[in-house]
Amino acid sequence: MTDTRSAPPPVPSGGLSLIALANPTRFLALAQTLIPIMTGIAVVLATIGLYLVFAVAPEDYQQGQTVKIMYVHVPAAWIAMGAYTLMALSALGTLVWKHPLADVAQKAMAPLGAAFTLICLVTGALWGRPMWGTWWVWDARLTSVLVLFLMYCGLIALWSAIEDQSRAARAAAILTLVGFLNIPIVKFSVDWWNTLHQPASVVKIGGPAIHPSMLWPLLIMAVAFLALFIALHLLGMRNEILRRRVQTLGMRAARENA
Amino acid sequence: MAALLGEHWGFIVAAYGFVVLILGTVIAITWIDGAQQKRALAELEARGIRRRSEQAS
Repeated sequence: MTDTRSAPPPVPSGGLSLIALANPTRFLALAQTLIPIMTGIAVVLATIGLYLVFAVAPEDYQQGQTVKIMYVHVPAAWIAMGAYTLMALSALGTLVWKHPLADVAQKAMAPLGAAFTLICLVTGALWGRPMWGTWWVWDARLTSVLVLFLMYCGLIALWSAIEDQSRAARAAAILTLVGFLNIPIVKFSVDWWNTLHQPASVVKIGGPAIHPSMLWPLLIMAVAFLALFIALHLLGMRNEILRRRVQTLGMRAARENA
Repeated sequence: MAALLGEHWGFIVAAYGFVVLILGTVIAITWIDGAQQKRALAELEARGIRRRSEQAS
């Protein structure tokens, strides 16, 4: 590994705080350890989860076997919203605390958020066609999730359009924080408006309204998705750090040759 | 398949297939991007262009 060849600086007392992780070399060393662990957790839990979904979990009394789509649709929706919330926190890290890795974290998160939101939208449509009789309705939940997907796409386009990294980071941070207004709308749209999409049945006051025989496979699949998301995010951040090093060294090489 | 997954089996297979397609694509793109960056960094280092912290050590 060329990226972690130089020894990371000693960790200050207090352990691996966010400030300690401001050093990219130290972050790369930590990522090197965490990526295989998270990948392993994702593979093991996805295997167990898929076994439970297809061999153990019962069919729903109304939806029949189509309920199996829920086991990928709901975790993807949770990751889609969670990723954007983390991006908003990273945006604060860029604008307020000027953490050196905050915009790296944000930039690496956007394509993953877009991918999980797309999974949520498409699996939802594939569930909706046999259950609702339609692929799509313009109700508040579906529309706000579509807006979330467009926000992710807009942020990816913004980073691609602005060459200067620090300017791109500030612009993306501001746009991310403005777009965060959509997250409560996604979450509470089913409570605030009369939607075709059903209200929350897992994360709700009074506890989950879903039988444990379906809840456990769902939670296991959700943790598998989360572990894969963390592994891919760490890989994305590592790639972005390496890309910036390549750019810096490339510019220095060009100056020396001039 | 219909006996196992019911009359809407095609929708279930399509949903799981789409998940595999998208996540597989994301994993592949991330993997390829990482390999490209490592190769570019190695080429620069082979030309003697290193980060200042590595030159000092």
